[in-house]
Amino acid sequence: MNTVATAVSARAKKLSQRRKYELLTRGLGWDTTYQPMDKAFPFDTFEGIKIHDWDKWEDPFRLTMDAYWKYQGEKERKLYAIIDAFQQNNGQFNVSDARYINTLKLFLTGISMAEYASHHGFALAGRNLRGVSARIACQMQAIDELRHAQTQVHTISQYNKFFNGMHNPAYMHDRVWYLSVPKSYFEDAMTAGPFEYITAISFSFEYVLTNLLFMPFMSGAAFNGDMATVTFGFSAQSDESRHMTLGLEVVKFLLEQDPGNVPIVQKWLDKWFWRGYRLLTLVAMMMDYMLPRRVMSWAEGWEEYFEKNGGALFNDLARYGIRMPKYHDVARKEKTRLSHEAWGIFYNYTHAANFHTWVPEPKEMDWLSQKYPDTFDKLYRPRLEYWREQQKAGKRFYNKTLPLLCQVCQIPMGFTEPDDPTKICYRETEYKGDKYHFCSDGCKDIFNDEPEKYVRSWLPVHQIYQGNCFRPGTDPTAPGFEPLKEVLQYYGFHDGMDNGEFLDSPDRYNWEKWTSKSAVAGDRP
Amino acid sequence: MADSVFIAFQTNDETRPIIESIIADNPKAVVNRMPAMVKIDCPNRLVVRRQSIEARIGREYDLGELTINLVSLSGNIDEDDDAFILHWD
Amino acid sequence: MSVVAKEPGYTSEVRDRVENFHGQQLLYIGWDNHLMYSNPLCIPVAPDMPFSMLPTKILPDLYDLHPDMAKVDWKKVEWLRDGKSFTPDMNESVAGNGFGHKSVLRFATPGLNGLDGRCI
Repeated sequence: MNTVATAVSARAKKLSQRRKYELLTRGLGWDTTYQPMDKAFPFDTFEGIKIHDWDKWEDPFRLTMDAYWKYQGEKERKLYAIIDAFQQNNGQFNVSDARYINTLKLFLTGISMAEYASHHGFALAGRNLRGVSARIACQMQAIDELRHAQTQVHTISQYNKFFNGMHNPAYMHDRVWYLSVPKSYFEDAMTAGPFEYITAISFSFEYVLTNLLFMPFMSGAAFNGDMATVTFGFSAQSDESRHMTLGLEVVKFLLEQDPGNVPIVQKWLDKWFWRGYRLLTLVAMMMDYMLPRRVMSWAEGWEEYFEKNGGALFNDLARYGIRMPKYHDVARKEKTRLSHEAWGIFYNYTHAANFHTWVPEPKEMDWLSQKYPDTFDKLYRPRLEYWREQQKAGKRFYNKTLPLLCQVCQIPMGFTEPDDPTKICYRETEYKGDKYHFCSDGCKDIFNDEPEKYVRSWLPVHQIYQGNCFRPGTDPTAPGFEPLKEVLQYYGFHDGMDNGEFLDSPDRYNWEKWTSKSAVAGDRP
Repeated sequence: MADSVFIAFQTNDETRPIIESIIADNPKAVVNRMPAMVKIDCPNRLVVRRQSIEARIGREYDLGELTINLVSLSGNIDEDDDAFILHWD
Repeated sequence: MSVVAKEPGYTSEVRDRVENFHGQQLLYIGWDNHLMYSNPLCIPVAPDMPFSMLPTKILPDLYDLHPDMAKVDWKKVEWLRDGKSFTPDMNESVAGNGFGHKSVLRFATPGLNGLDGRCI
């Protein structure tokens, strides 16, 4: 007890964390004199947000640079010690089964590259906001996001030595059809002003939705024996919790600064809730279909982290005149079908993806029936069983025609009407003589608010048909030209290795050869 | 029923005394143990006290260290050198 | 509404204008109540292609893996153009039947509603 008492009396002589943070954020900034501030910071007024007192911006953790580097250094040391142990112990063979690896392929090409985009966005936002604490917060977050991309690539590189589809994530991210979903999401945010960016990413994504990405994913990794991913995931998540907190503070700061900010922020919350929710479609199918040992269903995750925790958040924000984001009720209706519709899409097009798909094992289908008693047996099990039958007969189902994509979220339009899970949801608008198609009222509203922005969406399907997705020198008029084969080359895929049915894949064959374990063991004892 | 705040930590030796302190200081806290992670929900308000943690680990503790093993949280934050508080009021 | 931009009058290129498709136009196709094909499809077509090519050649090819396809009675098919029901003129072209660039052609096959009538 003496040690503690001495330590506590020594503490009194040091500056409190609050005082240190004040000195950092209130004392080190200055106003420009050679040029007007509006010229030095030309991007933080056009969005219509009014800031009267930047000093009201608070970082609840009051993180100073010295503390930041100390804690981040500690996180890195812990992480790399585990990565070493993982590699030395051949940890890649200790996961539940070989299907699990496909979650990492999706994560690496979809999420890790999005972390890098987020780094880019926060660096930009930090440059463009004139408040000192806001710039420091953006700087720290930019460094965090870069760290996430790097640690994820380092960790997953061990898997890349043994399994297919992970060889060039950054290259794929810029080209592959389904990766345009996360890519366009961040580019949409980054090409807005700095306040919209930070509201979109820090609040709508990090605060409202990121729990649904990291918590089940990392718990899932732990449950499936993937020590390395659990570790980089939690290492990143410890930063995320700081980002989330910042997200809430940002929104409260904007709402408190000027009543005119409230409708602008509400509009961004509506837009970015829906954008983020659609992005999480990839996570929904990962949770319900791709983890051989399942932690919780997408519907349960949605109830826990959005309906309950998000509901509490919006109750709190009501005092500023903020309401729940538009179409949260549609997300509620979709929760019992989202993952099934998404897996259906990827099952259709897995020949053009860098990861494999499969039909769940009978016990896994029983789990899905139990989690989705109203929808699974009626709507999805018969389709999966038919596909299984066809595959056993040597006629694995692939959809050979490119899909109609939503102009905004860029996901193939496989979502159904909010009130009828058997009817595709078609929404359409006409703008300056051209037709545009959407998967939902949410995406349609986003387009109608900013049509000038979304008319230039880089939709992979249309780009293929325009002839922009072939390697240089390819002649689409040559005899015997096979467009799909050429597109896969352009994506940098190894046809027959990276793509297609899991049961037919080299990953499966190699796993069984190297481990003498079943590649679809899953929950089997 | 009041809305709940929550805090979640990685499961490890560093967080064990932190979680014990939270349970002791927040009688209404509900602890959910998941793979590799512990999530603590508490109606309306949850407090993490520096002194409670120091009493368990026998050394000086800076509440900033919480971030090393933190997974997620929800609620408004009030923080000073002695306590880290999550609340919805 | 229009985008809030730093410079007034912001516009950007329409990336998918019909001129970019080498003389063809895009046609989206959906078969109602058949979700084995998880989403509507997208194909380029020549605007002057006879509409009759769709029921006789193109649609059977696109959906050849669905067991219902072989049973379709094309005389009883119900057609929708951009969400509204219409009767195609089989002697006319795709464009002559009112299909522009990025139009949606949907068709329903009464009595054939997917595997076991489950809309699959």
